[in-house]
Amino acid sequence: MQEMLRVEDLWVSVDERQILKGVNLSINYGEVLVLFGPNGAGKTSFIMTLMGFPKYVVEQGRIYFKGEDITNKDVYERAQLGMGVSFQRPPTVRGVTLRKIIEIISDGRINKEGFVEYAERLNLSGHLDRGLNDGFSGGEIKRSELLQLMVQRPDMVLIDEPESGVDLENITLVGEAINMLLGKDKVKDPKRSAIIITHTGYILDYVNADKGYIIFEGKLICGGDPRDILSEIKRHGYRGCAECR
Amino acid sequence: MSISKIYLSDIRVRAERVKDKKAAIGPDIDLSRYSEHIERGRIENLEGLSRQAKEAAVMAGIDVKEEVRSGSYIQVDHSVVYERINKAYEGKLEIMSTTEALSKYDWLEEYYWRVIPVDQDKYTAQAELNMTHGYFIRVFPHQKPEYPVQACLLVAGNYISQNVHNIIIVEEGAELQVITGCTLAKRDAEGVHIGISEFFVKKGGKLFFTMIHSWADNFHVRPRTGAIVEEDGAFFSNYVLLKPVKSLQMFPAAYLKGDRSSAKFNTILYGLKDSYIDVGSRIVLEGEDTRGESTARAIAADESVIYSRGDLIAKTRGYCLAHLDCRGILFSNKAKIYAIPQLVSDGAIKAELSHEASIGPIAEEQVEYLMSRGISREDAVSVITSGFLNLDIPFIPEFLDRNIKEVIKATAKEAL
Repeated sequence: MQEMLRVEDLWVSVDERQILKGVNLSINYGEVLVLFGPNGAGKTSFIMTLMGFPKYVVEQGRIYFKGEDITNKDVYERAQLGMGVSFQRPPTVRGVTLRKIIEIISDGRINKEGFVEYAERLNLSGHLDRGLNDGFSGGEIKRSELLQLMVQRPDMVLIDEPESGVDLENITLVGEAINMLLGKDKVKDPKRSAIIITHTGYILDYVNADKGYIIFEGKLICGGDPRDILSEIKRHGYRGCAECR
Repeated sequence: MSISKIYLSDIRVRAERVKDKKAAIGPDIDLSRYSEHIERGRIENLEGLSRQAKEAAVMAGIDVKEEVRSGSYIQVDHSVVYERINKAYEGKLEIMSTTEALSKYDWLEEYYWRVIPVDQDKYTAQAELNMTHGYFIRVFPHQKPEYPVQACLLVAGNYISQNVHNIIIVEEGAELQVITGCTLAKRDAEGVHIGISEFFVKKGGKLFFTMIHSWADNFHVRPRTGAIVEEDGAFFSNYVLLKPVKSLQMFPAAYLKGDRSSAKFNTILYGLKDSYIDVGSRIVLEGEDTRGESTARAIAADESVIYSRGDLIAKTRGYCLAHLDCRGILFSNKAKIYAIPQLVSDGAIKAELSHEASIGPIAEEQVEYLMSRGISREDAVSVITSGFLNLDIPFIPEFLDRNIKEVIKATAKEAL
């Protein structure tokens, strides 16, 4: 299988604090990877660095996407190349409606009926004319993020803790949306790849992941079948996993 | 029958007394510099305006085809060149120049200079002593025209002082939308526009008033606006300034005299070049259970100075509720914004008044968020700025809306 993303010896700091310490990773086209890790391990920093947010300073290492070195490309350029991110806590943009943003993102690729249908499927049609993330609940934020990504259609989807702040009823909806986004609801493989961050592993009940990794103290440890990894974490805790590697 | 000579004589005397009185705020203007008098001929339809005038009118929100308008009033310099009510609305409202209305209706004495004091300052005096028309619009009781009336006050000449006196009366149970575009045919014109606007919203009536100002570098503007709202009446005011102006000072007021009446001001100010802009809104809550809301959004670019004021004054012994929201963004390190909210409770022991005021940059976090969706930095700033300005104004022609967004895009780019 062809490689979509490669990360080589990635060292990242935020506000002069070392967060990532030599991360190596490779993801093929169509592969879905789940990243486990305790709070503060560097999970969010990792995907924010992949997306190119300037707060995350790459001190060493390279990031390649579809064969191109994107280490010095900005957020917009990476989005244009086919990367997209679902934030855990996106900022509120008052005065700019969800509908407006979707129209801009879709850039004519999806007609109005198309995204209204997506919004209906995500139970968000009542939110289209509200300010972006303005007063949205935890579940609404996740669904709004996924709706935007469904319109954006990135080849590499980075999803930060899709289950956090979402009630049980809505987790199914979020899981379905991720599958839809990744094209898993279709027989033909759309070759979309994903990195999904999870703190609890609940999302594995809904999304079929190919690989799992633990990130611990800024390093990737343990890689393998995501369900096996989750059961190891449940049995030994993150520190136990770190010590046995 | 015209209004009484005694009343007219009295207000003229009062005006004479203050013809040199400086305004309480804003830079003083030497009105003697603007003494040209220019009359213009009438036109058959709005296509009859000169190309320059037509373009300017469109930029100030005027629909030249008049398709989605219930009526039009056009004034160029010191002449009324066009007034018309669409056939479907005949008998529902009337439109004419205030000069004509004053000669036609003696009862207008109860409205003329009854909200704004004629002796407020030299600009009110000038409007009375050298009045050059203005519009009179009245919607009859319980009539609710579907489309707005449009009024355009255009200055095409140089060194003139256009001194208009506008009166709008919304009779009991009626509703009216008015779009007023005040603008210049020539971008290099020097002059002054003085606009007295007195609005009366009767019991249960509603007035939606939108004013779009489109001036230029060498033009001074001094509007004086006041609205009286009777019980269960509502007054909505949108004000938009998106072009440079030499100096502009105004502080429109809504007097909520009737119980359960309400007022809402939405002010959008975009300071460009070395514009001096001093704009406020005042809501005086006199009736019980009255409501007021005032929102102001100011962006100061280049070397502009913006004073964004807001007064909420509660005078009722009953309950009233009002909120003021005043925000600003600076696009240039040579620009200035003053946000000046003021709350006054004058013996109004049950009044709930509140305000929030802030001045700050566009949040980089928001820009990066939109960039991660594949939106360029420039477009992201433009979208956030448009959202900040809250430009969702009904009946604004699409062309104008597009132009507003282009202005934002151009200046936002400079701010990056």
